[in-house]
Amino acid sequence: MQARTKARRGIRGALLGAALTAALLLSSCSAGAGPQSTDPDSLTVALTGEPVNLDFTTTAGAAIPQALMSNVYQGLVAVDQTGAIKPLLATSWETNQANTSYTFTLVAGATFSNGAAFDAQDVKFSIERVKSDAWLNGLKSKMDVVKNVVVNSPTSVTVNLSRPSQAWLYSMTTLVGAMFDASGVADLANTPVGTGPYTLSSWARGDSISLTARPDYWGTAPSIKNVKLRYFADAIATTNALSTGDVDVIYNMQAPELLSTFSTNPDYQVLEGTSNGEIILSMNNKVAPFDDKRVRQAVLYAIDRQAVRDTAWNGLGTLVGAPVPPTDPYYEDLNSLYPFNPAKAKALLKDADAENVKITFTVPTRPYASAVAEIVQSQLRDVGIDAKITSAEFPAVWLDTVFNKHNYQMSVVLAVEARDVLTMFNNPDYYIGYDNSKISAEAAAADAGDTTSYIAGMKNVVRTIADDAPVDTLFIFPNISVAKAGITGLGANSVTEALNLSTIAWS
Amino acid sequence: MLLRLGSNLARFVLSLCVATIAVFAMMRVLPGDPAVIAAGENASPQIVASLAHQFGTDRPLVVQYWDWFSGLWRGDFGISYVTRTDISPLVADKVQVSLILVTLAMALALAIAIPAGTIAAVRHNKPSGTLISALSQLGIAIPGFLLGIVLVSFFALRLGWLPANGWVAPVEGFSSFLSRLVLPVMALAGVQSAILVRYVRSAVLGIMHEDYLRTARAKGLSPLRALAKHGLRNAAIPVLTVTSVQFSALIIGAVVIERVFVIPGLGSMLLAAVGNRDLLTVQSVVMVLVAITLIVNLLVDMLYTILDPRIRAA
Repeated sequence: MQARTKARRGIRGALLGAALTAALLLSSCSAGAGPQSTDPDSLTVALTGEPVNLDFTTTAGAAIPQALMSNVYQGLVAVDQTGAIKPLLATSWETNQANTSYTFTLVAGATFSNGAAFDAQDVKFSIERVKSDAWLNGLKSKMDVVKNVVVNSPTSVTVNLSRPSQAWLYSMTTLVGAMFDASGVADLANTPVGTGPYTLSSWARGDSISLTARPDYWGTAPSIKNVKLRYFADAIATTNALSTGDVDVIYNMQAPELLSTFSTNPDYQVLEGTSNGEIILSMNNKVAPFDDKRVRQAVLYAIDRQAVRDTAWNGLGTLVGAPVPPTDPYYEDLNSLYPFNPAKAKALLKDADAENVKITFTVPTRPYASAVAEIVQSQLRDVGIDAKITSAEFPAVWLDTVFNKHNYQMSVVLAVEARDVLTMFNNPDYYIGYDNSKISAEAAAADAGDTTSYIAGMKNVVRTIADDAPVDTLFIFPNISVAKAGITGLGANSVTEALNLSTIAWS
Repeated sequence: MLLRLGSNLARFVLSLCVATIAVFAMMRVLPGDPAVIAAGENASPQIVASLAHQFGTDRPLVVQYWDWFSGLWRGDFGISYVTRTDISPLVADKVQVSLILVTLAMALALAIAIPAGTIAAVRHNKPSGTLISALSQLGIAIPGFLLGIVLVSFFALRLGWLPANGWVAPVEGFSSFLSRLVLPVMALAGVQSAILVRYVRSAVLGIMHEDYLRTARAKGLSPLRALAKHGLRNAAIPVLTVTSVQFSALIIGAVVIERVFVIPGLGSMLLAAVGNRDLLTVQSVVMVLVAITLIVNLLVDMLYTILDPRIRAA
C-alpha cells in the first residue's frame, strides 16, 4: 500500500515537472513573438515560387523576373498599370517613317549597381547579347527582328529592325529588354548587376531574398529601403504569417478561398487586379477528336465559364471569351461568341459524329488546374464527352509530354507570358497545333503598321482565332494581393512580369 | 568488439557505394529534362541542346556518374547546374536545420513516451493506463501537419504567444530561433511520442513478469523502482531500435511540417530539387540521408553492446 502511494506520488511529481517545464518553455519564448512593430524603412512580401537562380538569361520561369525586373534590372521602356508603354532608361524615342528604326535618347547620370555608368554602349551590348548564344531562354526570339544597334552618342542609340514591328517595343519592356553592363554579367545566377533602385543584399536559399535600396540610384529614391521577399510553398502559411505580422504583403495569392479573413478586417486591404495570365483549356488541334472544328466549338458551348470561375476561383478573375487579357491594346469582350449552350454542343458533336467520345485530360499539378479540372470534366460529361483526368507533374513532366512531345488531347494551363496570342496561335508547331494559315499574313501586316492599324489588325486576328475555337479561355487569372492597411503604392494589376517595389510606401 | 566495429564500418562503406549507384540510376529514370525546364516554353531545340551541353547532361552516363562519385569522397557534391552554386555548403546548412528540428522533436517525444509508456504498462489494467493507450492511438491517428495547423491556430493566431511560422538561425537571434522552434517541435513530437508510447508500453509489459523483476520486488523494491533499476535497461533495446528508425525517417518525413511552418530543411530542399530536376542536388541530399541513416544504425549498434553485455560477448 505504502509502495503504491509512493509510486503515485512519483508519477504526480513527474507530471507536474513536465507541465512546469512546458509552461516555462512557452513563457520564455513568447517574449520574442507576436506581431512586429512597423518599420517605415522595411517591408516583407510573401510570394510563392522561389527562383532557382537569379539568371533569367539562361533560366525560364516567372519567379526570377518577378523579383528582379523593375527592382534590380530596368529596360529602356516600361509599362504602367494600364499596360501603356512609358519611358524609363530612355527619356524619349523616335521612329522612322517605315517604322523600322527606333532612336532612343537615354537618361543622363544612370549607373549600374557595380558603379559603372549606363550609356549607349550598354544598350548595344545588352540587345546584341540577347541575340548571341549567351542567352538561353526561349523568350530570346523576341529579339530576332533586330537587325543591328548603332551607337550615335553616349546618350543616343538607334535600333534597326529587319521589318517594321509594333510588338518589338513592347518586348523591350519585358525581361529581354533588361539592360546589362559588360563587366557585370560574369555571375548573373548569384550576382545580378542592374540600373534599378535596389540591389541584392542577401539570399537565404529556401527562405528569402533581401533587397536594399541603392544610395546612388539615378532616379527617385524608393521609400522603402529594405525589402525582404519571403517564399512560401503553402498558401495557409502566408495568411498565418500576415495575421501574426511576420509579413506585410501577400502578393499574387494563390488561394482565393482564404481571402474572407482579410476582406472584412479594416487592418488589411485586399487588392483584386488583373494579370497577363490566361487559364487556357487547350485542345490538341492536330489529333482526333479535336482536329475537327465542330468538336472544339462543342467544348466551348458545353462549358459554363462563369460557373467554372465561380467554383474554382471564388468568382475572381475576368471572363473574356478569347485569349487576350483586358490590359492588351487589342482586347475586346468576346464572351458572346460562345455562350453556354449544351444543346448546341450536343448538336455539333452529333454533326461531327463524335457523340459519347472518350478523351484524356492531362492536368498539371498546380492549384488552379486541379481546381478547374473537375468542374470542366463534369460539364463535358453533360454533353457526352467522357474526359479522363490524368495528372502531370508541373513543370517537369507537363513540359516534356504535353508541351514538347504534343502527347495529349486536352490540357489546362495558365499562360503567363504577356501579349502571347501570336506565340500560341501563329505557330503550327506549338503544342496547340493551330493551323495559322488564316492569320499569319494579317498578323504580319498588323505588326508592320502604325499603332491604329496594329490594333485593328490584331483584333481581326483574334476574332479569326476565336471563331476557330482552338482553345477555350476559361478566365483571366486575377492578381490578388493582401496588404496591411498602411501600405500604399502596391500595384493591383500584374501587367508586367515584375513586382515593382519602388512605388510602395508606408502611409 | 574491434572486429564488430570493423565489419560495421566495412558494411557502412559498401552500403554507401551501392547507394550511389541506386540513387544515380533512379534519377536518370525520372521523366523530365532539366534543360527543358530551364529553357522554358517557346524554347527551340537548339537552346535546349546548348543548355544540356552547359549542364553536362549530354555526356555519357558513366562519365557523369564517375564525375559525381569521385567528388563525393572529397566531400564535394559539385556545382548544381540549376542553382549555379556549390551544393555542399547548401546541403550542410539544411542538414543543420533538419537535425536541430528532428533531434529536439525526438528528445521531447522520448521524454513524453518513456514515462507515459511505463505508466501505461505498469497500470495497464487501470483507467489511467487505458487512458494513455487510448491517447496514443488518437495521437497516431492525427497526421502531424494537422496537429501543426491546430497548434498554429491556437498558440499563434488566437493567443499570439508564438510566431506562426518561419525560421531564424540561432546566430541571428537565439530567442527568436527558440520561439519559432516550439510549435514545429511540438507538432513533430506529438505524433512521435504517440508512436513511441506503444513501443515503450509493450517493451515494459514484456519484462514485467520476468524472474529478475519478481526477485527485485521480493527484495522490497516498489514496482516502479524495480523497473527503473532492473527493467528499463532491458526494455530499452526495442525502443532504441524504433527510435533510430523513426529518427532517420523523420529527417525527410518532416517535410510536411517544414511546409506548414515554412522551415527551410532538407526535406523542402529535396522536394524543390526534384521539381526542378536538379539531379545533382537530389543525389547529394539522398546520399546525405543514406549516410545519416547508416550512421544512426552504426551508433545504435554500438549502443546495443553497451546496453546489453550479451551482445558484446557474442
